[in-house]
Amino acid sequence: MASIPVPASARPSAGLAASTFGIARRGVRKFLRTPQLVVVGTVQSALFLLIFRYVFGGAIGAGGLDYVDFLVPGFITTGLLFAGMGAAAGMAEDLEQGFVDRLRSLPIPRSAVLAGRAVADTALLVWSLAITSAVGFAVGFRLHGGLADALAAFGLLLVFGFAFEWMFLTLGLFAGTAQAAQGLALMVFPLTFVSSAYVPVESMPGWMQAFAEHQPVTVMVDAVRVLTQGRAAELLLGHGAEFYVVRSLAWSAAILAVLVPLAVAGYRRD
Amino acid sequence: MTPTIEATGLRKRFGKTVALDGLDLVAEPGQVLAVLGPNGAGKTTFVRTVATLLRPDAGELRVAGHDVRRQPGAVRRVIGLAGQYAAVEPAMTGRENLRLVARLFGQDRRAARASSDRVLELLGLTGAADRLARTYSGGMRRKLDLGASLVGSPRLLLLDEPTTGLDPRSRIELWDAIGALVGAGTDVLLTTQYLDEADHLASRVVIIDHGRVVAAGTPSELKQRAGRNVIEVHTRDRADLARAAAGLAGLDHDQPQIEEATRRVRVAVAAGTDPLRDALSALDAAGVAVEDISLRPPTLDEVFLALTGQPLEPAADTAAGHAAA
Repeated sequence: MASIPVPASARPSAGLAASTFGIARRGVRKFLRTPQLVVVGTVQSALFLLIFRYVFGGAIGAGGLDYVDFLVPGFITTGLLFAGMGAAAGMAEDLEQGFVDRLRSLPIPRSAVLAGRAVADTALLVWSLAITSAVGFAVGFRLHGGLADALAAFGLLLVFGFAFEWMFLTLGLFAGTAQAAQGLALMVFPLTFVSSAYVPVESMPGWMQAFAEHQPVTVMVDAVRVLTQGRAAELLLGHGAEFYVVRSLAWSAAILAVLVPLAVAGYRRD
Repeated sequence: MTPTIEATGLRKRFGKTVALDGLDLVAEPGQVLAVLGPNGAGKTTFVRTVATLLRPDAGELRVAGHDVRRQPGAVRRVIGLAGQYAAVEPAMTGRENLRLVARLFGQDRRAARASSDRVLELLGLTGAADRLARTYSGGMRRKLDLGASLVGSPRLLLLDEPTTGLDPRSRIELWDAIGALVGAGTDVLLTTQYLDEADHLASRVVIIDHGRVVAAGTPSELKQRAGRNVIEVHTRDRADLARAAAGLAGLDHDQPQIEEATRRVRVAVAAGTDPLRDALSALDAAGVAVEDISLRPPTLDEVFLALTGQPLEPAADTAAGHAAA
């Protein structure tokens, strides 16, 4: 180190919390000010629920539960994943259009860029959860457990959504373009459909059951089912709330443990 | 004084493509340095390396004395980056965009408001400040992007092809805005494919190709060496080409060049508009029927050819001859 560097003038820089907040606020504003995103997402999920509830519902047996009470927890949980497809495209778009470059050239902690997006997208999941729950209640879904359990289900869904958000961020970071990200995000379909979300796993062929039974979406859906439907769901599914809650938290932790480092690696690439 | 930018033997490759191939370059404080070169010459790679967005594979790069590899944080505190694409959030207003960036620079609410207002004023965007950026024209977005790179009062402004894709009027407006900044003492590194842009804004020009510097100097030095104006005559009859060339030969010591296929004769001339008047009377005297005639600055191709003895790649953009002739 031969020369003494010129001091970096008096320019300060924002800390991790402040920069994460600033970047997250932009993400939320973008969503709220883009009516297409708000309206299309809402209409889509309402249509989806109506079709399952009234078109397929009559043909699907859900054991001791009304089909609507069986379906809505699945519908709300998978709604988080469908909302995440937009997050993947949004991340890729920020890369493609230079917004990430701008942020990376600023004197802020680099982790704030990803953290800001993850926080914003998770905040938007609250919106998505509220919409899907409201539509669910409108078509006849009812709570058969305690209110505290229902709130626990809500919290659990947010944790799960936050974990999956990192999968979508990773997809967006590696996809290159928003379109490619949207394409890659189609992988949510096997996760959502080959699960207990819409039909009982027992109705699937044996090899598919093996996957459906153990994958995270099923565990999560069943946790929400037991928390919102109480005893009837426990009887149907075979275990109590604790069983499913612990497993879905474990899944969330595992997903975060793998995907946060992957996302960071994707972000750090030249 | 510590140079603003000091690059020594800078190398960067992407797979098999060599983007920077031992680039050496020094920018002194108080300078606007233009890096001029065709598409794929390594201009953007260089700017992204200075901006700490890319890590060089080899060589050394210091920005205001800070090593980009070891002290990227210190580098980020002295630079402002405006890119080829307008990296602003379309769903936020101009003012909100600037405040976001100002806050990320660590300014408190009051300071962020003040610096955003100052930049909006400087760029003539005050009237549109509270409209969403998605309602802006291309030129306005580019200005806002420039503004975002300014709210942190950078010591060094990095402009990567700031006017590429803009219409002539927006280009000139943006040039004026950049000119005002330079007057206020900001150092600038700018990349461009346009000779006239480098000429207009820069106090020093570096021409790069295939990741290395092929020529450097002040704009007038480079123009003296290569950048002479060109008169181009399009004759009505192919038969007139030789006579036109003979008539133009007397204008200057450059040998006119004939392009049969397009019925054109081209000759390099001295600065100013006098040669055009002289050319018209020479053609008139020689009885040449002229379809049209133009006086234009040399294209990047022509400068390249003159400085390096080699033509640019055929695919290169030759849009340089427009606007500010």
